[in-house]
Amino acid sequence: MNYFRSQVTIKKIRMTSRLEVELSGVRLKNPVIPASGTFGFGEEFAQLYDLNLLGALAFKGTTREARYGNPLPRIAECGRYGMINAVGLQNPGVDHVLQKELPRLRTLFQGPVIANVSGFSLDDYAYTCEQLDKADGVSILEVNISCPNVHNGGMAFGTDPKAAADVTHTVKAVTHKPVYMKLSPNVTDIAAIARACEKAGADGICLVNTMLGMRIDIHRRKPVIANRYGGYSGAGIFPIALRMVNQVAKATQLPIIGCGGIESAEDVVEMMMAGATAVEIGAANLTQPLACKNIIDRLPELLNELKINDINDIIGIV
Amino acid sequence: MKQGIYTILDNVKIAERIYRMRLQGETEGMLAGQFVNILLPGRFLRRPISICNAENRILTLIYKVVGEGTHDMTQLQKGYQLDLLTCLGNGYDLSLAGDAPLLLGGGVGIPPLYLTAKKLREAGKKVKVILGFNTIAELFYEKEFQNLGCEVTVTTVDGSYGLKGFVTAALDGKQSYYYACGPLPMLKAIIKTVGENGEVSMEERMGCGFGVCVGCTLQTKNGFKRVCKDGPVFKSGELMVNEG
Repeated sequence: MNYFRSQVTIKKIRMTSRLEVELSGVRLKNPVIPASGTFGFGEEFAQLYDLNLLGALAFKGTTREARYGNPLPRIAECGRYGMINAVGLQNPGVDHVLQKELPRLRTLFQGPVIANVSGFSLDDYAYTCEQLDKADGVSILEVNISCPNVHNGGMAFGTDPKAAADVTHTVKAVTHKPVYMKLSPNVTDIAAIARACEKAGADGICLVNTMLGMRIDIHRRKPVIANRYGGYSGAGIFPIALRMVNQVAKATQLPIIGCGGIESAEDVVEMMMAGATAVEIGAANLTQPLACKNIIDRLPELLNELKINDINDIIGIV
Repeated sequence: MKQGIYTILDNVKIAERIYRMRLQGETEGMLAGQFVNILLPGRFLRRPISICNAENRILTLIYKVVGEGTHDMTQLQKGYQLDLLTCLGNGYDLSLAGDAPLLLGGGVGIPPLYLTAKKLREAGKKVKVILGFNTIAELFYEKEFQNLGCEVTVTTVDGSYGLKGFVTAALDGKQSYYYACGPLPMLKAIIKTVGENGEVSMEERMGCGFGVCVGCTLQTKNGFKRVCKDGPVFKSGELMVNEG
């Protein structure tokens, strides 16, 4: 009797650990992470499911000072496959995040937290990362050098290898936590940017952020988005994100968090085969708040169907 | 926030560009002034629609055709199933109504006032309602509010029905408190004319509808507020009526 019980236990452990992945020494029980800016600080989603199901959680992009962001409208639909946003990094500032949002998030989620950081100067990045470095509840710093919706900052750092390396150096100098650089797809040579980050000491790469896009209201003859252009996300960008993850996987040795248009467990497997160790789910959270949970629930069954024993076996095999 | 599958019972035109859809499904916990967010076939973003009525597992929505998404909605037939996020937003604070509350609605801003009026009547309040339209072809729900026992005044901008002018033309200043919903210029005019002893429901283009994308942020006297989650109802005194 005891023999059978222990067999069942072993089988159960195997069922969960086959999804476990590691990012720079941080263990995730599965590779699914809600992407920054699509999950707030978790409280809305905690009404629908237990956040502790998640592999990790990337909270809303944080800057040194509180920001209102861009004028409205900030959102435009793009048919069936995506949307454009130009929120412009609205956030309450790093002090508020550390005092109020992070402690509240930790009551809802005890897994690894990824702090997403943006800035408008090297000094901004250094200050914000230094503050977050002191926080016990943060496991990884995700440094956003790819926001397309703010001027003189964000994406300006992510579209030039030297600038990307400068931010990486600056942040690495102020933190002992793993540093993942979040890259923009709005570049001609993503491999060069990723290599520059690697050389400057980055622990990993997260890609892609949104693609710069536009919609026009043909009746009003004006851009739908008040800021004119915005970041396109959703299923429509998945093939591009996949290609870029694959290019970075071939160009560097760094672990990759793959992001861009993922909606299903099948997409997760595809992104991991392209080279990602973990994945971020973004726009899907906004339209299907159960997206991350549904993907995690489906993954073991999908691995069985694909005869994959351990999800780590497929990372970068293509 | 809750998520559920709802089955269309009927979906009919009730006035110019105005449709009423009734759906069967969970209605428990839905409050006056809250909204639902509807996933439509072939559309990435959900469509937020305010709750007109919710009782005994029948949800009534009244919507205006303003774009492709709402046009698609008019084509949906009885029996079709829709994925809804429900119980979104804060809703009106009915505890502040006093004895003789006034409800002011403009066009497609009228529907959330129906459930509001019903709850206030159930609480024994003397409810006065002013319904504003551009023209008689857009008129709807006058009788429905009368059937609740409300004193109803209709205004039309072109004078084709009721009093000529905007909802502010029908004010008598005798209300204990007010609840309003309609286009922004109307809400600002109400706050300026009637004062701040009331609350208004705002409309904005939304991404998620439940507070995480911060696509619908409003600057108020009390800081940044999300129309979808901190609103859509705001105290009149919170809004910055002299700007924009």
